[in-house]
Amino acid sequence: MVPLSWYLALSAVLFTIGVVGVLIQRNIISLFMCVELMLNAVNLSLIAFSRLHTDVTGQLFVFIVMAVAAAEAAVGLAIIIALFRSRETLNVDEADLLKL
Amino acid sequence: MLKWIVLAPLIGAIINGLFGRRFLAVFGQRATEKLVGFIACASVGVSTVLAFMVFFGQLWHKQPDADGVRRILDHLFTWLKVGSFQADFAYLLDPLSGVYILFITGVGLLIHIYATGYMHGDPGYYRFFCYLNLFMFMMLTLVLGDNLLLLFVGWEGVGLCSYLLIGYYIKWDVAGSAAKKAFVMNRIGDFGFMIATFLVFTNFHTISFVTKYINGVEVSSFLAQAAASPTVAVGTLTAIALLFFVGATGKSAQIPLFTWLPDAMAGPTPVSALIHAATMVTAGVYLVARCSPVFVKAPTAMAVVAVIGAATAIFAATIGIAQNDIKKVLAYSTVSQLGYMFLACGVGAFVAGIFHVMTHAFFKALLFLGSGSVIHGMSDEQDMRRMGGLRKYLPITYSTMFVGWLAISGFPLLSGFFSKDEILWRTWSTGSLPNNWGRALWVVAAITAVITAVYMTRLMVMTFWGGERFTGARNDHHAGAGHASSGHKDDHGHHGRPHESGWLMTMPLIILAMLSIAGGYVGVPAALGGSNQFEHFLEPAIAKVEPATATHTGAELAPVMAQAESHGAGDVAQASHEGGHDVQTERLFTGISSALALLGLAFGLVFFRRNPLWRAPKLLEDKYRVDEFYDATVVGPVENLSRDGLWKVVDVKIIDGFVNGVARLFAALAGALRYTQTGFARNYAAVILLGAIIVIGYFIVSFFGIRINI
Repeated sequence: MVPLSWYLALSAVLFTIGVVGVLIQRNIISLFMCVELMLNAVNLSLIAFSRLHTDVTGQLFVFIVMAVAAAEAAVGLAIIIALFRSRETLNVDEADLLKL
Repeated sequence: MLKWIVLAPLIGAIINGLFGRRFLAVFGQRATEKLVGFIACASVGVSTVLAFMVFFGQLWHKQPDADGVRRILDHLFTWLKVGSFQADFAYLLDPLSGVYILFITGVGLLIHIYATGYMHGDPGYYRFFCYLNLFMFMMLTLVLGDNLLLLFVGWEGVGLCSYLLIGYYIKWDVAGSAAKKAFVMNRIGDFGFMIATFLVFTNFHTISFVTKYINGVEVSSFLAQAAASPTVAVGTLTAIALLFFVGATGKSAQIPLFTWLPDAMAGPTPVSALIHAATMVTAGVYLVARCSPVFVKAPTAMAVVAVIGAATAIFAATIGIAQNDIKKVLAYSTVSQLGYMFLACGVGAFVAGIFHVMTHAFFKALLFLGSGSVIHGMSDEQDMRRMGGLRKYLPITYSTMFVGWLAISGFPLLSGFFSKDEILWRTWSTGSLPNNWGRALWVVAAITAVITAVYMTRLMVMTFWGGERFTGARNDHHAGAGHASSGHKDDHGHHGRPHESGWLMTMPLIILAMLSIAGGYVGVPAALGGSNQFEHFLEPAIAKVEPATATHTGAELAPVMAQAESHGAGDVAQASHEGGHDVQTERLFTGISSALALLGLAFGLVFFRRNPLWRAPKLLEDKYRVDEFYDATVVGPVENLSRDGLWKVVDVKIIDGFVNGVARLFAALAGALRYTQTGFARNYAAVILLGAIIVIGYFIVSFFGIRINI
């Protein structure tokens, strides 16, 4: 059996990759994927704790997070498309004004 | 039933006020005038009939209360009840308020009828009658209110109506300023009234005029307390009385607050007659008479009232000689006559004061309405220098004003004679003033009586006798003095010759003339063979001056008093009522005052028939420059302080400065904070991360911190 600390270490690594990605990436789609990465890193640790405690609550929580992530992906991608249509770019640094 | 006397005019005011404009739109000017005039007169008529019915039908036969006063109390509801403070909405009819409601409704009705003729053709007809009815309601509330607070409601209400009616010609600047002046000066007086009311409550714990039982709970009367017990210090009573008198000087135009009344003549003439001669301005006398139990306990206040009254009387009378505007003469005459009333109150002859209020209401209303008829007939000319010889053009106005002239001058056996004579005699024989003050005041009042006859003769001569001075087209440069802005003038078109007014205006004149002749006979003093019904009826309701003071002053006065030498010094006050010699003295004084009146009339006739355009000394013409004095000492400094101090410093610098300062602070703060909003998404992400790290770091540290402590 894989010990808990491995899961947690993997989760931490994934989360950190996500955070760093959000901070350094300019492409909005990469940024978006980094956010998803952070969500899934958290999901991983939740699942791990759920298994450890043999308690199904953690898994339920993961389902909720996934549902929210799906909704977020739908809205987020729609925003990205709208952004691209109006500015012809996916670079977040260039979209620094609310008005066109 | 009492309440309907008060409420009837209110109903009239509401109907005319709410629907008058609609009537005008639906029926047109002519029919609206008829309708509005009918509603206004009918509502006052109802109140007049009820007043006479209640007074003669009920009050007259009523069994007196324990303290000997006949009273009718109509309790509508308890208005305010907070702790021990109780103010009822209740109307009280006793002899004092009874006399007042009789002449208020009676004279008021006549003036309403007159006004339907006088205001003919005015576009604001319904507005005028709405205000006039509202005034009647407020005035009746004032005199019938059974406590100080309800009296104050009426007091302020008549002030409001006075303001509205002085400024009735809304397009005419002078009227607007006069209205404001009247209102502000009255506010100064009201301040005294309110402080006095507060003092009454803190000292007596009640503001009711009468002891009564409301739902089985006794509400005591501060007047009865003041009369009965010396629990309140004389100093406090003096303060209360003087502050009430401050209120009275404002409402009744006494020195120092009298300058608003002559200016108030900017209102339509029926208003001058009703409000600024017959009724409202006598509210101050009513207040003093109503609170007479307090006043008689405060001799200092009484002396102040008497001196101010006498001073005002002679001061205003001398100004009256020099005025050329017919209404201004009557206005100063009113101020002067009000001075007489206060003089009477001040020397303890409250009944004589009220008697003069009543007779004055008759003849002064008559004179004002007569002057209105003259002004009307002359197409809004008010300057007596442009009149003269009107006798043959305005026969009815002339003959009625003739009666009024003799009555106010104190011509024997007319109403003014009896009341003025009574005041003069009581001033001479007063027991409430120290040393020879009574004599000195008598001299002042007697001189005033002569001057009164002189200026009234001047008015009559300049207006009705002598050569006609109005020939030649009346120029419009003077039109501002009349109702040029009201559109009133153009409806007549009789510019050439003076003309007599219609019967709606002459009928009230005739009735008032009859009252001016006969009104004095209710109070013929015993010395002249009368029974002085008036005094016997009123006396229980009004406090008497205490004999203790009378004895004291009597002792000092006795040697001077030639006619009373046979009496002991202490008997003087008593003697003035009973002693045979004093009847002689009183008759002598009646003779003297008749002689004074005749002297004034004769002098006036001889002098002014010869020089109708005699120019009075500049100082008199300028009204002693009191207005200028007030402008320099009060109005100017207040204006400067308001403009340079309150406006430019307090308002602009401090208040605006504070508000703007707060705004600028936030602007600066926001200016600094806006640099954090870069618009770069990754910056925000970094800040969020930083925040998350700080929060997590805090929990980690505190978690381990607790662990370590354990």
